[in-house]
Amino acid sequence: MKKLFLIGIKDLRLIFRDRAALIFMLLAPFLLTIGMGFVTGRFSGGASGLSDIPVIIVNLDNDQLGDALADVFSSEELADLMEPTASSDPAAARRLIDEDEAAAAVIIPEGFTASIIPARGTTFDQNYVAPEPVQIEVYTNPSRPTSAGVVKAIVDEFVSRVEEGRTSGITSLLQLMSSGLLNLQNAESEASNLFQDVDESQSTAITLKSNVQGAEAIEFDILAFMAPGMALLFLMYTVSYGGRSILTERSQGTLPRLLVSPTSASQVLGGKVLGIFFAGVAQVGILILASSVFFGVKWGDALGLAILILATVFGAAGWGMLITALARSPGQVASVGSAIMLIFGILGGSFVQLDQLPPFVQTLSKITPNAWGLNGFTTLALGGTLPNLIEPVTALLIMGALLFGIAVVLFNRNGIMQK
Amino acid sequence: MPPILEVQNLVKNYGDFAAVKGISFNIKEGEIFSLLGPNGAGKTTTISMLSTLYAPSSGDATIDGHSVTKNPMAVKQVIGVVPQELALYEDLTARENLIFWGQMYGLSGKPLNGRVDEVLEQIGLTEKAKNRVKTYSGGMKRRVNIGVGLLHKPRLLFMDEPTVGIDPQSRRAILDTVKDLNRQGMTVLYTTHYMEEAQELSDRVGIIDHGELIALGTQKELTQQVGQTETLILHIGENDDSEALAKSLEGVKDVLEALATDHEVSVIAHEAEDVLAAVVTKANERGIKIHSIDIREPNLEAVFLHLTGRALRD
Repeated sequence: MKKLFLIGIKDLRLIFRDRAALIFMLLAPFLLTIGMGFVTGRFSGGASGLSDIPVIIVNLDNDQLGDALADVFSSEELADLMEPTASSDPAAARRLIDEDEAAAAVIIPEGFTASIIPARGTTFDQNYVAPEPVQIEVYTNPSRPTSAGVVKAIVDEFVSRVEEGRTSGITSLLQLMSSGLLNLQNAESEASNLFQDVDESQSTAITLKSNVQGAEAIEFDILAFMAPGMALLFLMYTVSYGGRSILTERSQGTLPRLLVSPTSASQVLGGKVLGIFFAGVAQVGILILASSVFFGVKWGDALGLAILILATVFGAAGWGMLITALARSPGQVASVGSAIMLIFGILGGSFVQLDQLPPFVQTLSKITPNAWGLNGFTTLALGGTLPNLIEPVTALLIMGALLFGIAVVLFNRNGIMQK
Repeated sequence: MPPILEVQNLVKNYGDFAAVKGISFNIKEGEIFSLLGPNGAGKTTTISMLSTLYAPSSGDATIDGHSVTKNPMAVKQVIGVVPQELALYEDLTARENLIFWGQMYGLSGKPLNGRVDEVLEQIGLTEKAKNRVKTYSGGMKRRVNIGVGLLHKPRLLFMDEPTVGIDPQSRRAILDTVKDLNRQGMTVLYTTHYMEEAQELSDRVGIIDHGELIALGTQKELTQQVGQTETLILHIGENDDSEALAKSLEGVKDVLEALATDHEVSVIAHEAEDVLAAVVTKANERGIKIHSIDIREPNLEAVFLHLTGRALRD
């Protein structure tokens, strides 16, 4: 394991001494991010790029919480981002989504509030039967995944806030009752007041979030999409550069020299993979740090961000290894790697938001680490946390593991780890 | 004391082409053994098999009692390898290269740093240790290339044509380094196509050609194979027919053998002076202009010529 690490660190050092590589890895994505920021008006105080997302609100609940959620979408804070339309017919709303008339429909079922807030006089009634929990439905438009993702993130945040309030409220009341500080008669009104806060406070679910991270945290910053888009685009350069170094070492004689030292072929290959991984993590990490420092981009949950970066680089490194395993010379890796970088950039949404691409391209984008990575970064930027990243992180890990497996088989078959 | 290296019927085939055809030899501890042969003779392939990089097609070799085919990891601990081509990271400094390669041989911490300092001193690059290798001259790079092979103090050092393509001064320094290492007790297997290097360095020499070991022994033993003869080398014009001249010299009194190579005719005799006049006369008769004449004492070149009918550089 130590040798793997030493080889990986050596490769990281070498890549950071290559000026041309540094330009591609760091400078180019950074400058492109700045350029995109100007184009989208991010630096001139303009909109985030994502704006006026059409969403249909079907509020069948017509009670405290249903109204509160509907109010969130028409709130002042989301005025630029959302363009809500009210409807009372779920089927019609779904049809409009299917016809690509809106990004998502939020269907708040009848009895939603009642399923969470018991009616007065029923809480401590021994004969009271709690209603079946009902769920809010977010019917999303698959051809507008980013916009639909924003809608879903807002609803998720609202639901999680309500759930959090219910759990902590009940716990507090039970503690107060068991300690004798609250009697049965007062408990019910206190319980009702707890939930009253959810819709009475001007804090929508969105601004409730701001109590923790700042009001602007949930606002979607286009740079939180552009910066990782560019970083992921050039991450493909880095991983193909790393893969290329395996073939370069073979041609420059250092690979055979490694193999005649007391180092096994699998240690050498593992070390090279680790080097690619280190370089990718360093690249994305530096770009994300730079966008935070220079542009004030807020990336959201730090743990989620760290795990997403690791998973994205792992997925991308798998592609780098596969390209290397299929190539015969460092030059081939460079040219194929550049082509893949651009193709994945387009497919994965680095240049154009996936919403604006045809559905089959959106399906095809699932093979790219760019699409999954961007999905994750967008989720984080919209206030998501690690649990919300399960899907992209899992997909990236599966992608990386699968591609590494194929690459190792090809390496063995083609004898790449021989002189 | 058993030999540190025993090679038994080592064969390497690439498809139908046999690069090494069943060679066998031993190297004793403390010896400098040279494999002398022209380019493409099978020297590098042999070293590659002995250093466990290539698996032999058949046969085996043991190094310090460990089989290169069955126990390659144990073999790798005993040997050091200086490859023919530079095998360095040019964007790292000499010190960084040495540290990295030392780590690959399991060195670390103070022992590694101490050893790196020693090797830098040995190869004369202490002052420039912090410069990147890509800024070095060819000779300096060669010295770092050798230094890497010495870091872990191997008992048996393989040096594959370490002086190819470098200036005479660096070449001299490398040959002196090899002799120093040997004086310190290191056993060396040295491959070269330069007869002078083999003569200067070797305790014993194996002459290899077309994948076969065609002669083996001390220099004295080898030169005795061609007898106590001298070689008269005539350098003639590009358009002159060396083959015809060599043929015309057959049967001339005291001429033991006459061989033609490019623009040269080698005439072997017990005493070169005895045949000089007759050779010049024959050349004049054929209208061949002699540009210069060398007289050579018996040496490995003559042995190779005698055994193969070709010069080493052919």
